[in-house]
Amino acid sequence: MSLYDELGGEASIDAAVDIFYRRVLADSYINRFFEGTDMTRQAAKQKAFLTMVFGGPNNYTGMDMREGHKHLVEKMGLNDSHFEHVLAHLRSTLAELGVGTDKIQEIINIADSVRADVLNR
Amino acid sequence: MPLITFDGHQYDCHQGETILECLTRHGLLVASGCQSGVCQTCITKAVKGRPTADSQKGLKDTQVAQNYFLTCVCKPEEDMELAVADLSKGSMAATVVEKQLLNESVLRLRLKCEHEFDYVAGQFVNVKHPETGLVRSYSLASLPSDEALELHIKRVPDGRMSGYLHDETSVGDALSIDGPAGECFYTIKDLDQPLLMVAVGTGLAPLYGIVRDALKHGHRGEIHLFHASLAIPGLYYSDEMNALADQYEKVHYTPCVLHGDAPDGGKQGDIQQLVKSAIPDLSGWRVYVCGDPAIVNGLKQTCFLAGASMADIYSDPFVF
Repeated sequence: MSLYDELGGEASIDAAVDIFYRRVLADSYINRFFEGTDMTRQAAKQKAFLTMVFGGPNNYTGMDMREGHKHLVEKMGLNDSHFEHVLAHLRSTLAELGVGTDKIQEIINIADSVRADVLNR
Repeated sequence: MPLITFDGHQYDCHQGETILECLTRHGLLVASGCQSGVCQTCITKAVKGRPTADSQKGLKDTQVAQNYFLTCVCKPEEDMELAVADLSKGSMAATVVEKQLLNESVLRLRLKCEHEFDYVAGQFVNVKHPETGLVRSYSLASLPSDEALELHIKRVPDGRMSGYLHDETSVGDALSIDGPAGECFYTIKDLDQPLLMVAVGTGLAPLYGIVRDALKHGHRGEIHLFHASLAIPGLYYSDEMNALADQYEKVHYTPCVLHGDAPDGGKQGDIQQLVKSAIPDLSGWRVYVCGDPAIVNGLKQTCFLAGASMADIYSDPFVF
């Protein structure tokens, strides 16, 4: 059983997106990257991303990640330090949802696997 | 340039344009939501032609097998024909029965439909320019029980549709409208939930409908409505809103301006800051934000960070 099912499927992803996005937007080190974005669209993308890292049905590709972050890397200097912040927020989100430490590390590893795509390397 | 056939008509699809953008540009009303291939609101069936692979991602295999796809992310590579179901409800004629300026740049149009028009307060209609076929969306300020549909038309510099409606239409003229559509409206899920409504400019139109609809449904929670404008001349309907606030103790109306003196009973400052300081904790609130997309996007984030749940924030996703 994937963590996606274990956590309760789509409803749990909605809860996770809510917590995760709240943390990300409240972080003044990275929230400038989200200025002026449409939250509804952004949340839909985060839902697709979290569904992927939780092992649920997804259609996430590295290409989407590259395209979606290209302008942030080129124009706003998105780099590893910002990526680390997002990972930290994912970690706290999972902890808040009661996910065990081993499982959290497993998920963080999956999320970390898109780093090169996000940073367009 | 691929041709899209739908309901017996052919529409040219520009290079790099999605089918949703193409149909919308040609004046068809297609239900859509996220516009990023996730929410599946715009799902449609191809009768001829092959949908692109990315427009079928996330669909069930049974849907893919029947050539269902998402129009919002499908940039067609060949000519396609779409099934008629689920698309445009068809346009209808509506006669202008009243034309009235509400302030220096906002026009109130009241329209009577040739047929009964079923909608929920807060939804929008598409209005079609009779000569050029240009389409713009306008929110309804009226309630379904009102005699006529009410639209608030802001005059946009060099706006082809707003210019036409302001300068060239007269009472008695017939316009072609399409709809309704939109997911920003009142639902009776919790009569005691406090409601925050923030209108920017003509974003007051849908909220003037929604606030009255909520009261009509017997909403019991507090209702705070902020109307934001650049300066005092941009505000309108203050008398109507003050009358509602006088009639219902739970209704609170705050007109806000960015520049110049604060209006009577209102505030001066940045609307996001004003809302934040007026209601610092929005946990458990339902929020409606309508108007200029850039400001609306900021307000949605502000309200979310103040504790409102994402599922409790409503706004309409169009730009006009």
